[in-house]
Amino acid sequence: MIFIGERINTGFKDVKAAVTNKDADVLKEWAVKQTKAGATYLDVNLGAVSSKPEDLCWMIEQVQAASDLPISIDTNKPSMLKEAVPLCKKPPLINSTTAVDEKMEVMFPIVAQAGASIIGLVMDEEGSPKSADKRVENAGKLLAKAMEFGINPEQLFLDPIVMPLKYMQEQAREILGAANQFKLFSDPPPHIVCGLSNISNGTTKKKLINRTFAVMLVANGLDAVICDVTDQDLVDALLTAELVMNKQIYADGFIEAFRS
Amino acid sequence: MQIPEVIEKWTAPINTVTIGATKDQGGTRAKTVTVGGQTTLPFLTFEGELPHKPVIAGFVADTPPDWPDVLKQAIGKEIESPTEWAQKCVQEYKVDLINLKLIGAAPAGKDASPEACAKVVEEVLKAVDVPLILWGCGDDEKDNLVLPDCSQAAKGENCLLGSAKETNYRTVVAICKSDKHKIIAEAPVDINIGKQVNILLQDAGFDLKDVVMFQTTAALGYGFDYVYTILERARIAGLKGDKLMACPQLCDVGGEVWRIKEAVVDEDVLPGWGKLAKRGPMWEATCASVYLQAGADILIMAHPEAIKNVQATIEQFA
Repeated sequence: MIFIGERINTGFKDVKAAVTNKDADVLKEWAVKQTKAGATYLDVNLGAVSSKPEDLCWMIEQVQAASDLPISIDTNKPSMLKEAVPLCKKPPLINSTTAVDEKMEVMFPIVAQAGASIIGLVMDEEGSPKSADKRVENAGKLLAKAMEFGINPEQLFLDPIVMPLKYMQEQAREILGAANQFKLFSDPPPHIVCGLSNISNGTTKKKLINRTFAVMLVANGLDAVICDVTDQDLVDALLTAELVMNKQIYADGFIEAFRS
Repeated sequence: MQIPEVIEKWTAPINTVTIGATKDQGGTRAKTVTVGGQTTLPFLTFEGELPHKPVIAGFVADTPPDWPDVLKQAIGKEIESPTEWAQKCVQEYKVDLINLKLIGAAPAGKDASPEACAKVVEEVLKAVDVPLILWGCGDDEKDNLVLPDCSQAAKGENCLLGSAKETNYRTVVAICKSDKHKIIAEAPVDINIGKQVNILLQDAGFDLKDVVMFQTTAALGYGFDYVYTILERARIAGLKGDKLMACPQLCDVGGEVWRIKEAVVDEDVLPGWGKLAKRGPMWEATCASVYLQAGADILIMAHPEAIKNVQATIEQFA
């Protein structure tokens, strides 16, 4: 399972204040905490705090000073990426592009040149799809376009776009159905990722809903997740789901081994 | 129409493990032996890197094993002396390393003392200059006494020491760390226990890059397919990025084959099975060659004809 730690995001108050005041310690602490929890990538999101590329670059530098993990650069602005990508010590994951031609044509060359990976959201000009079929159609567009630019399926993370359960209850099944079809695209297949916490937006049982939906997604091919990696119950459930799907070989100490 | 490339691309290489230490490295071996480092399945040279060929360790014991005459005669009188036997393995059979088993320590047999075993280790180290694989007698309680002394006698020689199991891994880790040896991680034809032993070794502070996995070994006709699939599955998991399964693998073919009836009894008991003198070594060579396909990196072998046959196979394919 590829765990993308979501916590270094100015959507969180402490990170927002840290970026505004250039307080590196908060970022470093989250970098260390998520690394220890078993993250594979650390997502770095400047959000709406600033539009200056140097602010995003500053965040990445602080995170890299505290952790050896590769960065997931959370921006869809090419101007930001052009500054941020060369700073990354390891090939980053770019988060994200949509299936809109003009967008892909700008983003994919950056990915190809850096040997990076990219998250492809299955939305197009019409916005987020409502059906599984439309999601699959857009995913196909993303994969075909990526390959035109010499990007391998393993460098593409398809995101079926998770919708809040509370407000769009009929969507969860469409998302699961779509993910299930993404893995049939190629061999090896592209990765399947999601921003997990969307599912529990506005609910009072966030962790339980996140965890339950995550396990159902793994059963449908999910192999990467943007989530709170410090949520041990969630991580344990995902590791177990991978065993159930025979993606990992069982050993009595499989949880301990992940944390050692 | 362009035919798409169908070769498999794996995520991670298998660990590289070096056995033996030269003078510069604190030992007395003339050369070291390195296994592992593959980025694909055995012999698929078109698909990835296979930097180190599989190797053969010559079976040597401190006391002659309970083997059929065809095997004892093929080895000759040297079987009576571990040093002469080891020399013959190196000089005549051209094996890559020596596998020394201290079966004489078995309480039900000669019950040799730890000191006597350590002396044998010292003598074999003097008699040959290839790297050593060292085992106790297989009795856990006795091995807890024998292995520390033998390890100490070979201190700095970077031997491959066997074996760490769920029950005794702490002792083996302690002696291998202090005397600078590599570890054989053993599991009883069980991939889950195999992984668990590696987790335990890692928890005890032993680097898995210094470990060779041993799923015991089955002779053809005696659960061979179980061991084969475990070796293969472990290798695939390692190549897919499971760091706990990315260790080179060992098979004790000589130790297993010469215990089964097909390699022990002649035509008088098994009519139509052909002469034992030919059938025995053939059985050993067949098992060994097929284990190479499954992902074995080190083969422990006994019969000179079988060794020769498998050496030719390795030359041909690796």
